[in-house]
Amino acid sequence: MAADSEMQTTGLDSILDRYARDPNALLQVLREVQELHGYISSAAIGHIGAKLGIPHARIEGVASFYSFLHLRPHGEYRVLFSDNITDRMLGSQALMEQMCQQLWLQPGKVSEDGLVSINTTSCTGMCDQGPAMLVNGRAITKLTHQRVQEIGHLIRNRTPLADWPADFFRVEDNIRRSGPLLDNSIAPGDVLRAVIESGKDVVEAVKQSGLRGRGGAGFPTGQKWEACRNAPGAARHVVCNADEGEPGTFKDRVLLTRQADLVFEGMTLCALAVGARHGYLYLRGEYRYLLEPLQGVLQRRRDSNLLGKNILGQTDFDFDIAIHLGAGAYICGEESALIESLEGKRGVPRSRPPFPVTHGYLQQPTAVDNVETFCSATLAIQMGAEKFRAIGTERSSGSKLISVSGDCPRPGIYEYPFGVSVRQVLQDCGAVNTRAVQISGPSGMCIAESEFGRKLGFEDLPTAGAFMVFDDSRDLFEVARNFVHFFAHESCGFCTPCRVGTSMLKQTMDKIAAGHGTRHDLNEIEHLDQVLQTSSHCGLGRSACNPVLHTLKRFRPAYENRLKSLDFEPAFDLDGALARARQMTGRDDAGAHLKTEET
Amino acid sequence: MTDIFQLDGANIPFEPGQTVMQAALTAGHYIPHLCYHPEFKPHGSCKVCTVKVNGRTAASCTMPAEAGLNVESNIEEMNGLRRTLVQMLFAEGNHFCPSCEKSGNCMLQALGYDLEVHTAGFRHLYPDRPLDASHKDILLDFNRCILCELCVRASAEVDGKDVFALSGRGITKHLIVNAESGLLKDTNIALTDKAMQVCPVGVILPKRVGFSIPIGKRRYDQRPVSAQALDDAPRQADASGSCDVCEGTP
Repeated sequence: MAADSEMQTTGLDSILDRYARDPNALLQVLREVQELHGYISSAAIGHIGAKLGIPHARIEGVASFYSFLHLRPHGEYRVLFSDNITDRMLGSQALMEQMCQQLWLQPGKVSEDGLVSINTTSCTGMCDQGPAMLVNGRAITKLTHQRVQEIGHLIRNRTPLADWPADFFRVEDNIRRSGPLLDNSIAPGDVLRAVIESGKDVVEAVKQSGLRGRGGAGFPTGQKWEACRNAPGAARHVVCNADEGEPGTFKDRVLLTRQADLVFEGMTLCALAVGARHGYLYLRGEYRYLLEPLQGVLQRRRDSNLLGKNILGQTDFDFDIAIHLGAGAYICGEESALIESLEGKRGVPRSRPPFPVTHGYLQQPTAVDNVETFCSATLAIQMGAEKFRAIGTERSSGSKLISVSGDCPRPGIYEYPFGVSVRQVLQDCGAVNTRAVQISGPSGMCIAESEFGRKLGFEDLPTAGAFMVFDDSRDLFEVARNFVHFFAHESCGFCTPCRVGTSMLKQTMDKIAAGHGTRHDLNEIEHLDQVLQTSSHCGLGRSACNPVLHTLKRFRPAYENRLKSLDFEPAFDLDGALARARQMTGRDDAGAHLKTEET
Repeated sequence: MTDIFQLDGANIPFEPGQTVMQAALTAGHYIPHLCYHPEFKPHGSCKVCTVKVNGRTAASCTMPAEAGLNVESNIEEMNGLRRTLVQMLFAEGNHFCPSCEKSGNCMLQALGYDLEVHTAGFRHLYPDRPLDASHKDILLDFNRCILCELCVRASAEVDGKDVFALSGRGITKHLIVNAESGLLKDTNIALTDKAMQVCPVGVILPKRVGFSIPIGKRRYDQRPVSAQALDDAPRQADASGSCDVCEGTP
């Protein structure tokens, strides 16, 4: 026992020291302990708590909030299948079943020898090269029966992850159409140097470019930076939101892979504009593999005096960037939840106002922007407002990266000027017989063929970038049900309507899927939507019903075909209730089933 | 001169820094609520106090009072919403009022009666939430927890002990205690703690004093919760300022 707890606290002090025993770094410490030991033991929590001065229960509360952190041993190999609808369309469910059979294991359970666990996780951002999975946090793409079988063997032989074929971990950029952003030839430091030499006002330049946030909400970036600059505070911060969790979105991954300098240059320009000394890149845990390359880019920029003290010889221009990794929580893409998470807490959205521009990280003024926004800001400053505004539409200037996935032969990244029609994107990616497109992920819009003339942009269809294509072989009810499960899984649980409402919605959709649905259930969905819309604490709850409402409006038969004609039908299924008994006795013969009476 | 806003047609004066809820209760006007407590900084998680402010919905406990606001609370639309939220809380936990020691003193039950919640509304989730009877003087019945966080706040801010915390996420979110064993007996909780007094439902109970006041003679048996608004009026002008343990607060 003593040896056990000693083992569980080895290495902790060096991790804690690396974070200077800063309580705000709690999540980063926990994430590293998870990587080191495979789980976070009670002894480890006690040790960390004593060193950081945080109560045991509060650390447990933080760890339990994030999907990738475990408080109990969860297998030497922790396999998570990405469960976005696009992974399912590529056969992920059958692959997971195959792997469970191969390793003699049930989803969500740890094998008896403690070797492996298999489960699902929310979209891992590999929709253009799925089905995808994470093994001990590392992304694996393009799963096939053969690849899954090989992985099963590697696990059974306890082959260390480092010795697995490199091919498994290859992530493609799949750039199908580029524009001013992806084609830029800006050398690191170019824009920053030009701004410093000319004494250009960054806030003014960004304001004039008409740049709006690329995370979906479209808030004018220049205005945000100005508000942050003018807010009173002892210190200011720049935060890059790289918690790209919206299912179907993967353009930030590609930008961080190919244009990391542009991202960091944008953050540095923002720091210059608002007077910040500290910057943070909040990288989603699913993109853990990008950590070392990004650290490399940061170091190179420090070596070139583009980060650090007296940047480019400017006295008093000190700015550096730290990377914080998330640990599996979609809600942390919401900016105030992201800040809570940066502070090492549970990722629960704050009450707003006040907004982060005045009360952000450590209650100090903070500019939070999306990866693509920082890239576009750098580009806008380099091009000049006039040229930048010439791209796109009047109220949506510049270009937008679209992450295309689903039923099309050429999934990947497409850069378009704002104002491109849905039909144009479909044509370019080679989609045929398209029934519906999910714009901007589950929290966005599902549109049908008659609306394919609509245009992407803040005037018509605002989008954070996801573009999931469904052809006429797809069942839109199942699409909506997948999204409803996603929201229930990702609800932070802070407010009653979202915590309970998303679970009730999930139950109702499952009831309809099981063939027990009635008109009463459709009414209940509408009722739940009303409650979620009017009383949820944040956008997650308010948009949780969108997938159902949008598909109900456009593809009602997908629902009605499943309904019983009765007005009410209980969800309780007598035969279903015997499933556990059948499992325990190993029986599945006719005698072990209750026959439903046909009337 | 004090500023004034409108609540269901009545003039409500307020002090700078007060929320709509605090000003309303101070003026003797009741807005249904659960997670709000006069001695703690509101955080707005239960959403039962949702009102319409100038046509848009907001939680009144966290909404800053402003001159000229038109607040609608006692209207069917908001009461209907509250009924659903109360139904959700009943369905989420395991609430068996007839056998509960807190019956008659329970705010959730009182709200249910007052809002005329006549049906279950939702399928019950029947979660598995084992009791913690490890402590010699105190029983924890997690079945009744509505996750209002008042005990978390009271223990951290008033008692300075951090006995309680929240764990898990979404529908699996639950209350835990501060001990490596996970048991209350290994915490430093005491019967005299503030955390013992703030639970609006029946989670935190002192042992061996059950039913000392008979059902029928308890707080909400006497008068409905809506008639006791002034009891909930803010007691401190500056209800505990900072709160870095509770969720949702700015």
